[in-house]
Amino acid sequence: MKSRLGWAPYALLVPSLAFLVVFFATPMVQAFTLAFQDPDGAFSMASVERMLRDASFRNALVTTLALVVLVIPIQFALAMAMALIINARLRGQGMWLYIYALPLGISELAAGIVWVSIFTQTGWLNSILEGLGIIDRPITWQSAETPLLLIMCVVIAEAWRATSIIMIILVAGLQSIPREYLEAADVYGATTWQRIRRVVLPMLRPSLQVALILRTILAFQVFATVIAIAGSGLDVLAGEAQRWATDIDNDHVAAAYAGLILVLSLVSTVLFLVLLPTREEHQA
Amino acid sequence: MTGATHGIPLPRRRSGRERIIGLGLTYLAAVLLALFILVPIYLIAVAAFTPRADAFTYPRSVIPTAVSTETILFFLNASGVIDSFWRSVWVALITLGMSLAIGAPAGYAIARYAFRGRQAYRLVILSTRAFPIVILAIPLAVTYRVWNIDDTIIGVAFMHTALALPFTVLITSSVFVSVPRELEEAAQTLGCNPLQAFIRVSLPLALPGLAAAAIFTWVLSWNDVFAAVILTLRNPTLPAKILTALTQSPIYYQFAAGFVMLIPSIIVIFVIRRYLLGLWGRVVK
Repeated sequence: MKSRLGWAPYALLVPSLAFLVVFFATPMVQAFTLAFQDPDGAFSMASVERMLRDASFRNALVTTLALVVLVIPIQFALAMAMALIINARLRGQGMWLYIYALPLGISELAAGIVWVSIFTQTGWLNSILEGLGIIDRPITWQSAETPLLLIMCVVIAEAWRATSIIMIILVAGLQSIPREYLEAADVYGATTWQRIRRVVLPMLRPSLQVALILRTILAFQVFATVIAIAGSGLDVLAGEAQRWATDIDNDHVAAAYAGLILVLSLVSTVLFLVLLPTREEHQA
Repeated sequence: MTGATHGIPLPRRRSGRERIIGLGLTYLAAVLLALFILVPIYLIAVAAFTPRADAFTYPRSVIPTAVSTETILFFLNASGVIDSFWRSVWVALITLGMSLAIGAPAGYAIARYAFRGRQAYRLVILSTRAFPIVILAIPLAVTYRVWNIDDTIIGVAFMHTALALPFTVLITSSVFVSVPRELEEAAQTLGCNPLQAFIRVSLPLALPGLAAAAIFTWVLSWNDVFAAVILTLRNPTLPAKILTALTQSPIYYQFAAGFVMLIPSIIVIFVIRRYLLGLWGRVVK
């Protein structure tokens, strides 16, 4: 049968490959050709230079990198705690997983608005703090004057929204660790912390690597959470790409921003592959 | 189990009391993390069901004083909201249909056939994840103007399908791997051709997993705002509409908008909760 239908798998793959060529590979290449063109279509560095000289460029780059560096360790710590809790098989195991996975379906924009309701001047955080008698008048959390506070608001919202995906990958990784390993460590009197450090973390390396790559790439595209919480108070790379594409209507500079996000993503992927090698490299 | 075996020192095992304290601490951490996720959802719900007139009272009560659907109705009746709501539903449905129609056959092929190029194809699909897919929207906007599909539902759906397709291929392949191939072969020895065997045997068994994958594709599309805001202008999807209205809209409009966007996500995750680990966990493998 296999020889008779030797062409079958290829026929099944062709539509997906064709689609990816038209709607994935072509636009990826096009992002760069657009970025290296002037508005008339001739090759030029003008659009890239315009991006580099743009007043918001430095802020956008620094803020995006700062968000990546601040958010990801927090998300990994939270995700690890959630995954270990689920693996500990408490009562209502399914319920814990469902609650921790809830934000998986929540959009960036909705998450941003949820946290606006908390951080806004007459919002929940000030109301609760005042109710507890900790403050006597509302604090302004979201102000362009205090960018660090503003970044922290975004970090908290992102930690809330995008930790689930890491948690799910880590839970799946934890479940593939043979229970005998942990039991053996237990028998030898290892403390919980020792079991995590000596058994769980090394065995979880492939999952950690995948989660790190996936999450970092998504973090470089952070957009709607920032717009919802900070408005024009914070610039990020994806926000600048959108501003140049829709408000200023210059696809070339927008493409330059897109190209930069792409380059940063690829560099971070390569870095994680080199810095965190796993034995099953090709599976990642 | 006493003393040292093979020269490895064996300290005492953890006592019962330590275990109970450990378990208590685990429950405490579990509850705190659950509250971190759930409390903000509760708060936006209270904000959305607060009457507009009370939106600026301060300090606000965490326990709702007056529950009303007035704010949500105000949002839904605001100009353009219902239209963009239905546009979002359609874009997501078309995305779901296209990514299953294109992705599921590929998923089936890599699950069932051993053929030259299988590993290479898997690698291509996996490597798409190293790319920030939403930024495709910028060059696609240029292409769509040439094709005359800029600012259309189908244009956004194509983009969302590119976003969802690699995911659909990997998920559907893991779904088909879990359907025993022997059953399909048995159907063929009983006289079915390969297509009949697939439709009558594998497909019904794979259906729940496929449905979960489809629902998740729907939510991927429903949630996208970046691509939608770039690819649409006069015909925005719901998130694109809300994003562009954000700066000039009153705060209670935002709360209602946030809540309305949130509901389908929560329902979807609830519906596919049994498949979450299978869906995302296996993508790694």
